[in-house]
Amino acid sequence: MTDSTLQSAATDDAEGMSYLESVPRRLVTLYLPLFIILIVLLFPFYWMVLTAIKPDEQLIDMNTYNPFWVVHPTFKHVSKLLFETQYPRWLWNTMYVALGATTLSIIASVLAAYAIVRLRFRGADTVGVLIFFAYLVPPSILFIPLASVIQAYGLFDSPLSLILVYPTLLIPFSTWLLMGYFKTIPFELEECALIDGASRWQILVKIVVPLAVPGLISAFIFSFTLCWNEFIYALTFLQSTPNKTVPVAVVNEFVDGDIYKWGSLMAGALVGSLPLVVLYAFFVEHYVSAMTGAVKE
Amino acid sequence: MSTVQASIPARTPSADAVSRWSRVRADRNFIAVWFMLPAAAFLLLFLAYPLGLGVWMSFTDARIGRTGVYIGLENYEWLWDDAIFWLSVFNTLLYTIVASAIKFAIGLYLALLLNRNMPFKAFIRSIVLIPFIVPTVLSAIAFWWIYDSQFSIISWSLTRLGLISHNIDFLGDPNWARASVIIANIWRGVPFVAITLLAGLQTVSPSLYEAATLDGATSWQRFRHITYPLLTPIIAVVMTFSVLFTFTDFQLIWALTRGGPVNATHLMATLSYQRGIISGRLGEGAAIATAMIPFLLAAIAISWFGMQRRKWQQGGNND
Repeated sequence: MTDSTLQSAATDDAEGMSYLESVPRRLVTLYLPLFIILIVLLFPFYWMVLTAIKPDEQLIDMNTYNPFWVVHPTFKHVSKLLFETQYPRWLWNTMYVALGATTLSIIASVLAAYAIVRLRFRGADTVGVLIFFAYLVPPSILFIPLASVIQAYGLFDSPLSLILVYPTLLIPFSTWLLMGYFKTIPFELEECALIDGASRWQILVKIVVPLAVPGLISAFIFSFTLCWNEFIYALTFLQSTPNKTVPVAVVNEFVDGDIYKWGSLMAGALVGSLPLVVLYAFFVEHYVSAMTGAVKE
Repeated sequence: MSTVQASIPARTPSADAVSRWSRVRADRNFIAVWFMLPAAAFLLLFLAYPLGLGVWMSFTDARIGRTGVYIGLENYEWLWDDAIFWLSVFNTLLYTIVASAIKFAIGLYLALLLNRNMPFKAFIRSIVLIPFIVPTVLSAIAFWWIYDSQFSIISWSLTRLGLISHNIDFLGDPNWARASVIIANIWRGVPFVAITLLAGLQTVSPSLYEAATLDGATSWQRFRHITYPLLTPIIAVVMTFSVLFTFTDFQLIWALTRGGPVNATHLMATLSYQRGIISGRLGEGAAIATAMIPFLLAAIAISWFGMQRRKWQQGGNND
């Protein structure tokens, strides 16, 4: 609080009032509940990894082997997945759809967000609110009419249909996120450029976009994650096995009566999650700012 | 460039035309139309139009492969007498209310824990978000395996602890199935609630708590009179999203139970898919989907007015 030196003031601020608490008290009120919650949150992943590398006989014999551990781990499930099924193809489809839809959405969102925040055209506020409402329209009430729209355009069973439809999920979110970023860019910069004779397009490309790169990264990776995650449209629009995306394929193609399905099912879930987890590990801060930014706006 | 050049000679007719053209080109409304065009095209073609089309389809007897004819309210009358539809409404409300309430409670608690000072703070926070990152269907499949009727690790552990004598059929018994999907949904939703509320908590100045402590406030009073009022706007937004996404959930149910056993976990979204796409009765499926809209509007309205009231109490907007 009111300490004499700057240094101690800074540390004091970071600690807040935690120095008032005794260690045992912190243990019970903070570390123990946090530990339990973390265990619960992470257990399904541990279980996923463990099952994916467990030999089949250990999976179904829970009396001889401790189910919480694995002896003689095997990569059989993963290699079966990658070399005997169409999994690489599904991964490629998912990647292709996610990248395509995300790129289209970011371009559209940058333009829309700039127009709403900086061009201040007539009705800009209304458009902003409408886009926010578009964010609230869930896919589960749209998939039936969209299926007939897609059918009418001749895009049924084509990944292109997803590339065109996913932007409706991503544009509202990215536009709101980018609006927040664009608002923080000082408009004096743009005024200078306008006086120097730059067109609106040049201002956007040469001034606003370079300054909003962190926001663009956030919007990009968050949109990418949403695409990878999307299920109901992919399930409805894609019919033939080689065209499916990973989430749909894992649910539909691996599920049979076999009690040995679990190893390959978990391997499929694990491999399908890994790209996102890796991406997340590199861009944690961007994820958090994307998630909280769009909500706070 | 062209604006400056063209505005100087304004006498000859051609120059007049040029200046009008360039004035139009420099007009912000005109530019804005072009800037808005891509986003508007996507949202109109693939969001607004299907939304209207869905409502229209609910008044037709459309099936897969054939456009329907207008049949008035027949689909809705049919649904009104359909016990499975009402069961799905009940399930959806139960699922939404129970899961959202628990997600809020655990999420807020976790946010308060994460907001305290501790070693490896950033690392722990990033771990918390992982369930939100992994595709829902894939983590749902992990839950499916955890809930397996024969090899469930939960049944195994409880048996070993001597608490139960035979395996629980998590996804085979109607009530267990409901509880199981709700728990999976909570697991998946808590990180989102916690991390967004944490972002709100970090904007609360620690000096407020210090002042309150000096005045003798207990930790509950600090929460009730400082944290909660300051957090209300963000709680309203987060819970609106949470309720909307829970209410319209499809993928978790589809991966875990597909609506079974005996429709005990059918939500309106899964029933709509079942009737509309699998059975091919698009009109009926669209009617079920359209029946979700009033609930969604109610949820949005409640949170909207909740936020307005906060703004009014704080005497201004929260920008």
